[in-house]
Amino acid sequence: MSFFSARKAGAVIGALMAVALAGCEQPPHESAQNGYRGTGMNQIVNKETVEVKRAANVVPEAQPPADADGQRASQAYQNVQVLGHLSEGEFLRVMTAITEWVAPEQGCAYCHNIENLAEDSMYTKKVARRMLQMTQTINANWTAHVGQTGVTCYTCHRGQAVPQNTWFSQKGHEARGSAADPMGHNQPTKANGYASLPLDPLTSLLLKDGQIRVAGNAAVSTGGQGESIQQTETVYSLMNHLSSSLGVNCTFCHNSRSFQSWEQSPPQRVTAWHGIRMVRGINQTFLDPLQPVYPPERLGPLGDAGKVGCATCHQGVNKPLYGVSMFKDYVKELTPPK
Amino acid sequence: MTDYQNIFTRVQVRGPLYAGIAPTDVGAFPRGSTSGFVYWFGKLGDAQVGPIYLGYLGVASLVCGVIAFEIIGLNMFASVNWDPIQFVRQLFWLSLDPPPAKYGLSIPPLNEGGWWLMAGFFLTMSIMLWWARMYRRARQLGMGTHVAWAFAAAIWLYLVLGFIRPILMGSWSEAVPFGIFSHLDWTAAFSIRYGNLFYNPFHALSIVFLYGSTLLFAMHAATILAVGQYGGEREIEQIVDRGTASERAALFWRWTMGFNATMESIHRWAWWFAVLCPITGGIGILLTGTVVDNWYLWGVEHGIVAPYPPTTNPPVVDPAILGGAK
Repeated sequence: MSFFSARKAGAVIGALMAVALAGCEQPPHESAQNGYRGTGMNQIVNKETVEVKRAANVVPEAQPPADADGQRASQAYQNVQVLGHLSEGEFLRVMTAITEWVAPEQGCAYCHNIENLAEDSMYTKKVARRMLQMTQTINANWTAHVGQTGVTCYTCHRGQAVPQNTWFSQKGHEARGSAADPMGHNQPTKANGYASLPLDPLTSLLLKDGQIRVAGNAAVSTGGQGESIQQTETVYSLMNHLSSSLGVNCTFCHNSRSFQSWEQSPPQRVTAWHGIRMVRGINQTFLDPLQPVYPPERLGPLGDAGKVGCATCHQGVNKPLYGVSMFKDYVKELTPPK
Repeated sequence: MTDYQNIFTRVQVRGPLYAGIAPTDVGAFPRGSTSGFVYWFGKLGDAQVGPIYLGYLGVASLVCGVIAFEIIGLNMFASVNWDPIQFVRQLFWLSLDPPPAKYGLSIPPLNEGGWWLMAGFFLTMSIMLWWARMYRRARQLGMGTHVAWAFAAAIWLYLVLGFIRPILMGSWSEAVPFGIFSHLDWTAAFSIRYGNLFYNPFHALSIVFLYGSTLLFAMHAATILAVGQYGGEREIEQIVDRGTASERAALFWRWTMGFNATMESIHRWAWWFAVLCPITGGIGILLTGTVVDNWYLWGVEHGIVAPYPPTTNPPVVDPAILGGAK
């Protein structure tokens, strides 16, 4: 009895509880109501986390405006395939901005052969050209998602040559022989929100056009096979990706009582719907096909090219860079030529 | 003065080891002869452990249970390439999953749900044999079979989830995986797939009986402890011979809520609340997907969904039906 007293037992239990709570965020949290009362429509944010995010999302100053007149870049320089319609001044201005946004330390030489700026020998230059076209496409064709705020290289890159939050296809644990294959389940990853859900929901739902609508459409079962529980879990995993990418709860886009009902959803859900289609579109058109261009060290474990998800732009904030538009200073450069 | 109280006691009362009456139907498996005292058990209840009677049913149940446990555990271990550190680290995430939907009710390959089916078979056998054992032991002691039937209520829910409903749905993929987090994620996904289980009236009933059970448990336990100083813990005698403890307890509830249970009825209340929790829950699960595909929409049709004011003006419209959306 004296060896293992109640006091010691209490201390052990206290220590275990402290360990169990160590994974939790420290209070205080703030709760804001975003729907009808009594339906759990609340957004919960941690003030400290928000302060950190605010500091990490400061927008760099725009380059001073350039003269729109004068010789076209396509005439002044060789091999200008995307930005040839700009004036020489505008062209140099946007090149300077891209260097600041993407390769501030490496400089021009990150993409260009300094001996001959026009040649395409470096893979980074080929990728950069596709990325410029991608940015122009987003700003012109995906206003349903990016609105008039638009995107620039900085939205994803944030001063880094490879954006932080890109993703590769994952296979996860593989059991050998006749042991049960986890079938892409049950391994905590960032993409699935560290849940025991499918570990790579992004390949099937943000690269391929997998089925996201899983809930039944009718009150009474019609006898046909609907979507499987496994497909539902994959979608649930994707929704974890959206939630953590935007730093929001489910109720930012969904009504707690019926996830599939549109008329009761907050309007943000429509923006997110277009966002999912946008991400699929640019992954299919721009990012995935770049695979042969990359050197092996830039490829994922399964040999695929890096792709974008919601976190690539959003980085934990529901409006990237807290909604500040950098695009407004580069409208001519970052939209396709008329 | 120190009192004798289980859990909070500083005194542990121990009589001589007592084997109790011998079972009369003992065959090849005699009752174990070893028994002893465990101090920490004495903190919670009776300090005496044993003698244990296993019998054919108990041994068969344990064998099946161990087989199921090994199939689940070794498959989890294999899924981390037999790395003991990763096995411990990721244990809560590891899982043995049912086959993919494409296999329907057929017997799938071992690595795609075959092990799951086998683990489920042995676990079910183990549980059924244990049920039969509880029934037989109760009969042998001349008791009622209330414990066995309460256990059967839990088995009903288990069978609905893993056996009856998947068969009605025509696919093993509808069943629950074996795993700590994975079965919780399955629960969430199940509710999302079938349109929010909170609108399932049997789910609601099940919750009523679940919370009701805890309420009754608290009321009853508190009442008996409160009249312990008048011998209130001798409840069963007081069913037929009410003493002052019984009178005081009854009076307390008549004063506070105008009505009181009796020393007998409270146990029937508790038993029915406990067994109705899995019985109603099992009915709710059984109807999900087989009869009702979306509980929220079912609730709208049956007037149990409160109206909700539009979130925006004009209301949000599904962008997929607008067509050509970019």
